[in-house]
Amino acid sequence: MPFNILVAVSLVYVLFLFLVAFVAERRAARGRLHFLYSPWVYTLSLSIYCTAWTFYGAVGSAARSGLEFLTIYLGPTLVFTGWWWVLRKLVRIGRAQRVTSIADLISSRYGKSNLLGVIVTLMSVAAATPYIALQLQSVTLSFGVFAADTPEFWALPNQSATALWIAGGLALFTILFGTRNLDANERHHGVVTAIALEAVMKLVALLAVGIWVVWGLADGVGDILDRIDASALADWQLQPGRFAGLTFVSAAAVLTLPRMFQVLVVENTDERHLVTASWAFPGYLLLMSLFVVPIAVVGLETAAPGANPDLFVLSLPLSQGQGGLALLAFLGGFSSATSMVIVAAIALSTMVSNHIVTPLWLALARGPAERGDVRGLVLTSRRLSIGAVLAMGYGYYQLSGGSEALAAIGLIAFVGAAQVLPALIGGIFWRGATHTGAAAGMVIGFAIWLYALFLPSVGEGGLISASLMKDGPFGLTWLRPQALFGIDGLDPFLHAMLWSLLLNTLAFLTLSMISFPGPVERLQGVAFVNVFEGREGAKGWSRGQAEAEDLLSMAQRILGAQEAQLFFQAQAAAQGKRGFLPDPTPDFLAALERQLAGSVGAATAHAMISQLIGGAAVSVQDLIAVANEAQEIKEYSAQLEAQSKELARTARALREANEKLTSLSVQKDAFLGQISHELRTPMTSIRAFSEILMEPDLPEAMRAQYAEIIHEEARRLTRLLDDLIDLAVLENRKVNLNISVANLHDLINRAVQSASSTRPERDFRYERDFPTEHMPVFTDTDRLVQVFINLISNARKYCDAERAVLRIEVKRSKNRVQIDFIDNGGGIPKAQQQLIFEKFARLTDTQKAGGAGLGLAICREIMANLGGSIDYLPGQGGAAFRMTLPLRRREGEAEPV
Amino acid sequence: MTEKRVLVVEDEPNIAEAIRFILSRAGWAVTVEPSGARAMVQIAEWRPSAVILDLMLPGRSGLDILAELRADAGLATTPVLMLSARGQGRDREAAAAAGATAFLAKPFANADLLSALEEIAVPLPAQGA
Repeated sequence: MPFNILVAVSLVYVLFLFLVAFVAERRAARGRLHFLYSPWVYTLSLSIYCTAWTFYGAVGSAARSGLEFLTIYLGPTLVFTGWWWVLRKLVRIGRAQRVTSIADLISSRYGKSNLLGVIVTLMSVAAATPYIALQLQSVTLSFGVFAADTPEFWALPNQSATALWIAGGLALFTILFGTRNLDANERHHGVVTAIALEAVMKLVALLAVGIWVVWGLADGVGDILDRIDASALADWQLQPGRFAGLTFVSAAAVLTLPRMFQVLVVENTDERHLVTASWAFPGYLLLMSLFVVPIAVVGLETAAPGANPDLFVLSLPLSQGQGGLALLAFLGGFSSATSMVIVAAIALSTMVSNHIVTPLWLALARGPAERGDVRGLVLTSRRLSIGAVLAMGYGYYQLSGGSEALAAIGLIAFVGAAQVLPALIGGIFWRGATHTGAAAGMVIGFAIWLYALFLPSVGEGGLISASLMKDGPFGLTWLRPQALFGIDGLDPFLHAMLWSLLLNTLAFLTLSMISFPGPVERLQGVAFVNVFEGREGAKGWSRGQAEAEDLLSMAQRILGAQEAQLFFQAQAAAQGKRGFLPDPTPDFLAALERQLAGSVGAATAHAMISQLIGGAAVSVQDLIAVANEAQEIKEYSAQLEAQSKELARTARALREANEKLTSLSVQKDAFLGQISHELRTPMTSIRAFSEILMEPDLPEAMRAQYAEIIHEEARRLTRLLDDLIDLAVLENRKVNLNISVANLHDLINRAVQSASSTRPERDFRYERDFPTEHMPVFTDTDRLVQVFINLISNARKYCDAERAVLRIEVKRSKNRVQIDFIDNGGGIPKAQQQLIFEKFARLTDTQKAGGAGLGLAICREIMANLGGSIDYLPGQGGAAFRMTLPLRRREGEAEPV
Repeated sequence: MTEKRVLVVEDEPNIAEAIRFILSRAGWAVTVEPSGARAMVQIAEWRPSAVILDLMLPGRSGLDILAELRADAGLATTPVLMLSARGQGRDREAAAAAGATAFLAKPFANADLLSALEEIAVPLPAQGA
């Protein structure tokens, strides 16, 4: 098997994965992803549990220590079959609280404390580093196996260069598909699909090698059994302590490894998928382990002494001239390694950016930055974190010399990840678990893990000196890393696991019992432990202090303008209001917080909202709710609450209807008064000056000046009458529309040109994106341009920024187009945003406006006649108007009044 | 003869100019104040013998200004001629209730404006004494 063909095949395989991920993303974007929502894809994505460690290492482990490799499969099997209600609870909580990572879950449970988020993040990064190194090592080694046999083709570039290329390539793939967007649900359809495919690949590869070994090399099952009896494996003795310990730690790892949490909880689209996964995933593991022993036994028989048993899966077919099979095995191992690294990097980068970078940025940039889009920051920090995580994996690979047995490195990561277990399980089953307990437990467990397992793993003289290993620090022998408290002779792995988890759990329980949870923590504890009773978490926001507009402009920076506006609109509609701004009720704030948490994590979302609301926290009602927790009045009160909400909605609707009716008659009077005022004002000047002109002794200059005033006022009167008639016609929908087709870009140009006579002396800049403007519109183009001119002239007149800029954004969605006019001035005060479309609503004084205040009222009527709408768009900084318009206006189809 | 001073509070520049022309030709010293917000300050500083006050002003309604003027011990007796362009009976009542000395609807005859002002600004009893 020529080495360069191997490289070519790997590249083609990677390109294929790219393609699959890309197509899946595209289909997901169009909402056509039914296959993704199948329990099978979910189950297959869980198989990232089987990394290169299990693919290659299981055979090596079997060759070295017999059936011990089974523990790695046994742990998850126990969890999925016997304990799947734990998984179900985790998934339910994950969805209810919009959890983005395991760090987020812990931080959210213990009072949205970012400290805990940081602790879990650091632990996870530290624990994942050797694991990622392990994947790099396995792929590098497998390249080496091929290269060794074919020195005539390609000398293997030195191993660290190979590892570097692999790390770089994986970083690229992960960044491309893991950080394409800031998904509110943190789901990555492209990645999940590619990983499901890789799961199939590794299973097929391992089965193929296994079948070939049993029926190709040996003479079937009977022969294999004889060979096993004859081999050293038959003499394997069960070490009960180590066996139980390994099983336990694998069971813990399937819950607490960040990447497993990512696919298990975060990427879960449907809780029911767990039912399938509870038997299908153990089935997958069973198939993966089926041929491990036969391959190990036959490998030991045929391989040269001293050959690395970790690579039997590859070297066995290769040594028998089965190049194609070896290639398949190689791709299987490659799949195992890459899928693990990709998901781990996504999970870790989410944690790093949500719990370290964003909070830091929030702390440094006081107050909501003006137009800053947090999404850009979050995405950049995720991309950098992915690079950093892979760089650390590569660094560890270099440091550890890439020489150790695969299984040993994997176990280090398992024990590290397991340190989260007490806080996790305690958090979802025990209301008494507290922040202090969780933090202390994790820090102690982590420290012991670091000291007794991680640092020694780098090798003698690496990060920890040989003398310290032998005599302990400062000659304190009872602190020797692998014989803590003088307990000697234990297996180092078992030793570290026992001490770290024991002291971790002990600290967690003790401190939880003697410390008291804060109010937010107490509420979150109830919400987590009783998640199946449908309790919501801490609402904690008392009404009224937050301005809905500020909240919207913040939400836009995190969720994106479109998404945030849709969310606010839906919330406003749920409250029975029209427009973009809902009342900042505690319910709304809690919903908003959960929505934000989906993008930046619970702790950050909580911090951002409290920045705007100021202090806040737990209302008296919430505290009473906690106190009454034990009593059985909850259901009853929930019913009452639902009824009273219903009543409140009805009352609001009635009140609004009543207000509308009374205000209609008031409006009618006011309208008559307004018209009278607008007509009589110019007439007053005209009458007064005509009387003055009638007098004989007036100087000629004065006569001319006064005649000019009369002329000007007469024209103003005409203009006003024109506008009034126009408005009346438009309001009655009796206007004759002159439908024609034109390019929207040209129409905007026309309006910009016409409006240039308004305050021409002023420096005024337009910000436009020409390519998006080109589209044909079938409508009354003159009327549409009239609206454009009005909006542009208003901006030119009223935008009070020193360097006035008007941004015109065109966005097409299906058969409608949305046109935003946004300037950078002071905007329109909230109280007046509802007013501006009313007739004669003029916010400034007459001289400056130079019109009767009918412009926007006419605009609104024109848009209604064209089948579209115009609204004020709050939260954009300056004054902002959004027009929507059907691309094709059909005759005789005016919107109902 | 003591100077006859009138303050015209009117935001429409052309109307203010017409009033200024008519009254100054009749021997009045005229000051025009376009802003409702500054009207009180002007009255307190300049002490006019009468005020012509528009009812609809941007920023502050003429009725508000009138109410403040009537509440001010030093200025409460200043005669006020109220102008309104809305021409509804209700405005005339509102002006009277707020303490306007006279009321004139826009548009007005120039002669009416002058006579209305002369009538309130030079009360007959005072002239006799």
